[in-house]
Amino acid sequence: MSKTVLTVDDSRTMRDMLMLALSDAGYRVVQAEDGVHGLEVLLGETPDVIVTDINMPRMDGFGFIEGVRSDDRHRAVPILVLTTESDAGKKDRARRAGATGWIIKPFDPVKLVAAIRRVAA
Amino acid sequence: MTEIIRTDIASARELIAFRIGAQEFCVDIMSVREIRGWTPATALPQSPCFVRGVVNLRGAVLPIVDLAARLGFPPAEPTARHVIIVAQIEAQVVGLLVDAVSDILTVTDDLVQATPDVASDMAKTFVRGVLAIDKRMISLIALDQVLPAPERDAA
Amino acid sequence: MDAMAAIKQTFFQECEEQLAELEIGLLAIQDGDVNPETVNAVFRAVHSIKGGAGAFSLDDLVHFAHVFETAMDHLRAGRLAPSHEVLKTMLRAMDVLADFVRAARDGGCVDAERSQTLAKELRALDPDGSGAGSEMDDEEIAFEPVLMDQSMFDDELEAAAAPPVRLFTIRFRPKATLYAKANETALLLREIGLLGEMAIACDASALPLLSELDPEGGYLSWTIELLTTQDEAAIREVFEFVEWDCDLDIESDAASAAPDDIDLAALIQKMQATVEAELSALSPPPTRVDPLAEASRKDADASADPGVIDLAKARQKKSEQAVGEHLGPKPDQGAAGGASQPTIRVDLDRVDRLINLVGELVINQAMLAQRVMEAGLARASGVATGLDELEQLTREIQDSVMAIRAQPVKSVFQRMPRLVREVAAMTGKLVRLVTEGENTEVDKTVIERLADPLTHMIRNAIDHGLESPEARAAAGKPEEGLVHLSALHRSGRIVIEVSDDGAGINRARVKEIAASKGLIAADASLSDEEIDNLIFLPGFSTAPSISDISGRGVGMDVVRRSIQALGGRISITSRPGRGSTFTMSLPLTLAVLDGMVVTVAGQTLVVPLTAIVETLQPKIADVHGFGGGARVIAIREHFTPLIDVGRELDYRGENADPLACVALLVESEGGVRSALLVDAILGQRQVVIKSLEANYRHVPGIAAATILGDGRVALILDVDAVVASSRADSAAFEQSLATAG
Repeated sequence: MSKTVLTVDDSRTMRDMLMLALSDAGYRVVQAEDGVHGLEVLLGETPDVIVTDINMPRMDGFGFIEGVRSDDRHRAVPILVLTTESDAGKKDRARRAGATGWIIKPFDPVKLVAAIRRVAA
Repeated sequence: MTEIIRTDIASARELIAFRIGAQEFCVDIMSVREIRGWTPATALPQSPCFVRGVVNLRGAVLPIVDLAARLGFPPAEPTARHVIIVAQIEAQVVGLLVDAVSDILTVTDDLVQATPDVASDMAKTFVRGVLAIDKRMISLIALDQVLPAPERDAA
Repeated sequence: MDAMAAIKQTFFQECEEQLAELEIGLLAIQDGDVNPETVNAVFRAVHSIKGGAGAFSLDDLVHFAHVFETAMDHLRAGRLAPSHEVLKTMLRAMDVLADFVRAARDGGCVDAERSQTLAKELRALDPDGSGAGSEMDDEEIAFEPVLMDQSMFDDELEAAAAPPVRLFTIRFRPKATLYAKANETALLLREIGLLGEMAIACDASALPLLSELDPEGGYLSWTIELLTTQDEAAIREVFEFVEWDCDLDIESDAASAAPDDIDLAALIQKMQATVEAELSALSPPPTRVDPLAEASRKDADASADPGVIDLAKARQKKSEQAVGEHLGPKPDQGAAGGASQPTIRVDLDRVDRLINLVGELVINQAMLAQRVMEAGLARASGVATGLDELEQLTREIQDSVMAIRAQPVKSVFQRMPRLVREVAAMTGKLVRLVTEGENTEVDKTVIERLADPLTHMIRNAIDHGLESPEARAAAGKPEEGLVHLSALHRSGRIVIEVSDDGAGINRARVKEIAASKGLIAADASLSDEEIDNLIFLPGFSTAPSISDISGRGVGMDVVRRSIQALGGRISITSRPGRGSTFTMSLPLTLAVLDGMVVTVAGQTLVVPLTAIVETLQPKIADVHGFGGGARVIAIREHFTPLIDVGRELDYRGENADPLACVALLVESEGGVRSALLVDAILGQRQVVIKSLEANYRHVPGIAAATILGDGRVALILDVDAVVASSRADSAAFEQSLATAG
């Protein structure tokens, strides 16, 4: 059975790109449009990995990570954060919020899959 | 081997033959979509005399060309026995009013003879050649000139 | 590749949406909106555009978006106050950003001077305010690493020739926080294994007694010997996500051991054996803390060393607990699981096909109804009742299908603020645009053709309607003029209004111009309304010189014509000193039309209801010959040209007897009223519009065709064309009389 990845991003472009890269690599992809939607989707899905944007309406990536980590069902799910900035500040904040790792946008599909492999079997 | 097959495909074709008055004509079957009975057409103002008007073809508006008038014969007096050959001419679909459909012919290109010199100018515009079949003479019609050019004959 | 092209298209669509968001947000902030989410939303819009643009290597767009984003970030962080000036710059920057987006999409380039100026202005907004020029370089340098980061080190390695094999010793001691963030030792080790050949030793000496063991603690540490051609950076990259959550120590013996001296094959063989043994013991990973996933594989790995067993048990206990909690109450899981999916995307072709089919259904239903009527079935019969229901259903289906293609006018309205800014800048006027009802829906085909007339009307309102700030001040009005754009549904049509609070129509001047251009008699007595409507006449233009803004010599007659081409009407009301209001009313769709079915010389025609003002029965005393073959009819003392439709369309050679006919008073292009003579009125009905051009060509005097209940084609009259052609005929006739005489 293929692994499931939940992608959380408010940009349709980014969701489509993630979908393309991940489904090409054989993952099943479920999508959410922001943090709130992401938590809703998690009520019915048990993804193997979550890839989330930081800057989103309604609930940003930090809030979403905290939400996931405080839910016993999902707190052990690896979460990769999408970030355009490579600056340490953003990464550090994501890390402290409980992110497993990060992916720098614009991402290279090969690197994306490598990063996912590094956090999920 | 390949050569032969190619020749066969290129030259063998099916034609639909029909009558207008005492003469016989035919068109390539590939351009014929269907054959229907005559139904009264809605006249179009300011149109050439050979355009009988338009009819409803399953929701599309289909212009009807009186092929007799188009070829320079007296206009048809359509009855229920007349038929309309629905033909595709480039992107458009047109109905051709003829007296009756007479035959379906399978011919090769070498059977098509050049249009005789005696033909009228009108015939020369539409007739691509003639076929001699069972002592009948059947004129092969090219459809691309059948509809009036856009706006040209408008006045 | 196709998939990428599709995504790129999505990106550009999304850009338009983001630009719209951006504009709404900036305008809200300008109007004093201090909600932080508004600022966040505008920041996000620019940020998203930049992010997507990066993915498609649209470097120019990325660069400008980056500068914009940086300025936006100052605003967001409160380092920059949202002053009027700041917002003005941002709004202009937004226009440039839109230009960049469109240039990236459609090709072409952006006005370099303008974009550089704005980039400079944006940089100047930096509260730490260093100059503009120098920062360009900083910014580029700052941005470059992102691009660098994307290049694969694999590629770099492939490029390097025969890299040396080195032996690394990696000591790795995860902390509990590593697991808390869902990283897993086993996966990291596996990734290290992919870099070369490795041997692993696990140190479990730090494991406490089971009673003291925290199931989520980190007690194990690992020593890995890795033989690889990769460098230390590649190894560090594997640990990139966990470097804060572990002790990591990497040593290389590369300096001492030259590759040639090592018996590689033997070493690799030995390591392979070790690795295989270790890996089989590792699977599934001993330190994994994942209650749910582990619960499902309880059988697991009861081999290996005691530490592992203990851990497994502890894990199991924990999982059972966790499972217990989760099997408990969460009743709405399934229901909420599918999660909100409020919209679907459908290929427009499919919708259009559906609309066509429903059109057929409407016609078929009408035909059926007519047949039933002809068959003389009693109204109360089962068939007739069933038919009524069918008609009801058909109409509902038609409405619902049309609704699929309906879109809010927002997409057109959103283009207007930019237009207003541009025209305001060109005319030196101060303008505020207020829009209302932008969620009013109308068929997509109508929307597409709405932009041009609307653009023209807005330009006109600013250029001709509003006064200069000085003139406004002198008149005691606020210097900033107001243009109000609104949309609403009214009796099955959409009504769009453009109003301004300017000077209103200068009626004396309009009349003077109309007279000087021979459009009216110099001594004509006209009502205010009639004077106002003169501006719609072809060739009328109040601007003393052809203005660059209101169009190159085209006037409101063009607007009127394009609206009428859509089956719409436009009118104006004006109050001197208070402003003018243009009101246009349009059908909600171009697929159907409300028409009056009439007969003319045995032919059935449909006259668009929108053109008809009233119908009347001509009286002999009212009809007068008027030169040549022309006739006029007196309607409430106004002499109106009487046009015999049958004659105009060449259905008959002689003028029909008006007494045996019905006259339709119509208003055509330019507000001209004429009376169309038809034989009889059959009724009013909604008809499905069919193109004549699809299979034939344009026919003068005919707008389109439709199919009536009897299955026959009926032509839809082009009222404007018939009136215009009748006028031309009379003119030609008079001329021939003049030359003859």
